[in-house]
Amino acid sequence: MSVQAVPTGHSAAFVRSEPAPSLAPPFASTGWIGWTRANLFGTPFNAVMTVLVALLFVWAVPPLVRFLLIDAVWSGSGRDACLETAARPEVGACWAFVRENLAYFTYGSYPIGGRWRVDVFFVMLAFGTGWLLWLDAPRRGLGALYFFGIFPIVSFFLLYGLPPLGLEIVDTSRWGGILITVVVSVVGIVVSLPLGILLALGRRSQMPAVKIVSVVFIEFVRAVPLITVLFMASVMLPLFLPPGWPPDKLVRALVGVALFSSAYMAEVVRAGLAAIPKGQWEAASALGLGYWQSLRFVVLPPALRITIPNILNTYVGLFKDTTLVFFVGIFDFLQTIETAREDPNWATPVTSASGYAFAAVVYLICCYSMSRYAAGIERRLARSDRR
Amino acid sequence: MASVEAGDVKVALRPASAEAAVEIRGLHKWFGEFQVLRDVDLTLRRGERIVVCGPSGSGKSTLIRCINGLEQFQQGGLVVDGIALGNDVKALAQVRRDVGMVFQQFNLFPHLTVLENCTLAPINVRKMPQKQAEEVALKFLKRVRIPEQADKYPGQLSGGQQQRVAIARALCMSPKLMLFDEPTSALDPEMVKEVLDTMVQLAMDGMTMIVVTHEMGFARQVADRVVFMDAGQIVEINTPEEFFNHPQHERTKLFLSQILK
Repeated sequence: MSVQAVPTGHSAAFVRSEPAPSLAPPFASTGWIGWTRANLFGTPFNAVMTVLVALLFVWAVPPLVRFLLIDAVWSGSGRDACLETAARPEVGACWAFVRENLAYFTYGSYPIGGRWRVDVFFVMLAFGTGWLLWLDAPRRGLGALYFFGIFPIVSFFLLYGLPPLGLEIVDTSRWGGILITVVVSVVGIVVSLPLGILLALGRRSQMPAVKIVSVVFIEFVRAVPLITVLFMASVMLPLFLPPGWPPDKLVRALVGVALFSSAYMAEVVRAGLAAIPKGQWEAASALGLGYWQSLRFVVLPPALRITIPNILNTYVGLFKDTTLVFFVGIFDFLQTIETAREDPNWATPVTSASGYAFAAVVYLICCYSMSRYAAGIERRLARSDRR
Repeated sequence: MASVEAGDVKVALRPASAEAAVEIRGLHKWFGEFQVLRDVDLTLRRGERIVVCGPSGSGKSTLIRCINGLEQFQQGGLVVDGIALGNDVKALAQVRRDVGMVFQQFNLFPHLTVLENCTLAPINVRKMPQKQAEEVALKFLKRVRIPEQADKYPGQLSGGQQQRVAIARALCMSPKLMLFDEPTSALDPEMVKEVLDTMVQLAMDGMTMIVVTHEMGFARQVADRVVFMDAGQIVEINTPEEFFNHPQHERTKLFLSQILK
């Protein structure tokens, strides 16, 4: 038997005698040239898409800018300001109309003398929201107490009135505009999270009775449109309650919105709870922590943290859905625009478009900032994902 | 001393006494139709260290999880430190306060720092003031030799360090009994030793322990008795010496021949 020779120059063993030098990257693979090549024109399909999107921008953006900014009318006190004339054949958005009605869009028919109360409410809301959303803020526990405890009570008396303190009663039928949109959203947001957590826990409960009640409630509410829930809340709720209670149209709508959003929130929270490994519950139990203690200290904090983007997504949907309260006769932000645009004093071809454009901008700012915040949280979670 | 019955081998080394830390009598447990524990009898004296071994699925983990009520049993008796476990919620809470457990997967709380992991239960279950709880926690973190990691999060530590934190966390409740459920099975090989060393030290300090493990070196070194389980029953109980050198039951011999090669 012959011994097979090892091919010359190739040894099975290898020992590096000196480190490989580090080289600069080749030209055109870095910087903006590299980025463009790699991301915009990387493949033929990519290049076609890049060109198509660029064309879409060229087609859509300039007219929009012309309407919203360049040809827009910024001041004036009546329809004449926004009419086409020989000197000005092109009229863009009639911002004068929006400016004139801004107070109405914000407060509805809230008495002019009491509008400072609404302003205080807005400031308190901004303060509380900021405190809660800023994750590194000091004393966030106190912030939560403020937002979910103190703020709602103070707001109620501030907005509705407290005669002993000189705050006269303002009937909710006079509330309107952004105030209503914000109140309905905030009530939905504030109520739906705790209620949603309870429903989610109920749905995961070992106790059949609790579980059935939760499942039936969640599935029933999710199976009907919000508009149906609102009609039921405003028409059917009074049938089940003693006459004259609750008398208020807004309260009934708030109950409807809160229950509706709770059902959605329950499903969002349930996903978060399901993501927490069983071992966390077991470790907490083994240390002697009870059910609610385990929940509060061990399970809920990470479960809610990972669901923050989904919770905010639900809030974005809720915020937009609040416009539906119009169907039960409540003047939310969109409805005030709807009313104002029919004002004969401002009857021009561009009034409606201007009003709707304004609504779009306001909703866009609110919803986009919520979704940016959610994206920020997601990045932060990805960074600090320590498991 | 050893009474050997034909077929089912049970070795009673010492009589059960009032000194029992854990007393298990005729314990049966089913998962649905499947019986996971059959007629388990075991008494653990205070200060005693027992190693439970056996093939996977033999019911070792289920048995020790019954001791702190993470699993419920359907038949038989289980007394932990004088408290009978059954349907009594208060008794269960009492037992859990006094029994520490270390899991295969560590199960540290990822959103809390190492120190907070250790102080959570003392503060909220034992109602210890925070400052005192932190002192206790640091004492035990020193004992498992990682006091410098107190402010880190579990995810920043190696597996071995995490498991040592888990041991410290359990110790902070000053348990009368420690349960270890395969504490080294999820670790990279080079980290097994640091955890075992901690456990050996704990044993030398006189802690009462039940350890489910396949680390036979640890069993030889530390255990007072070794319990071998198969198919939900205790097949053999013996001193480590006898167990490893002169196993009685055929099943034990087979098991040992497989794991010791």
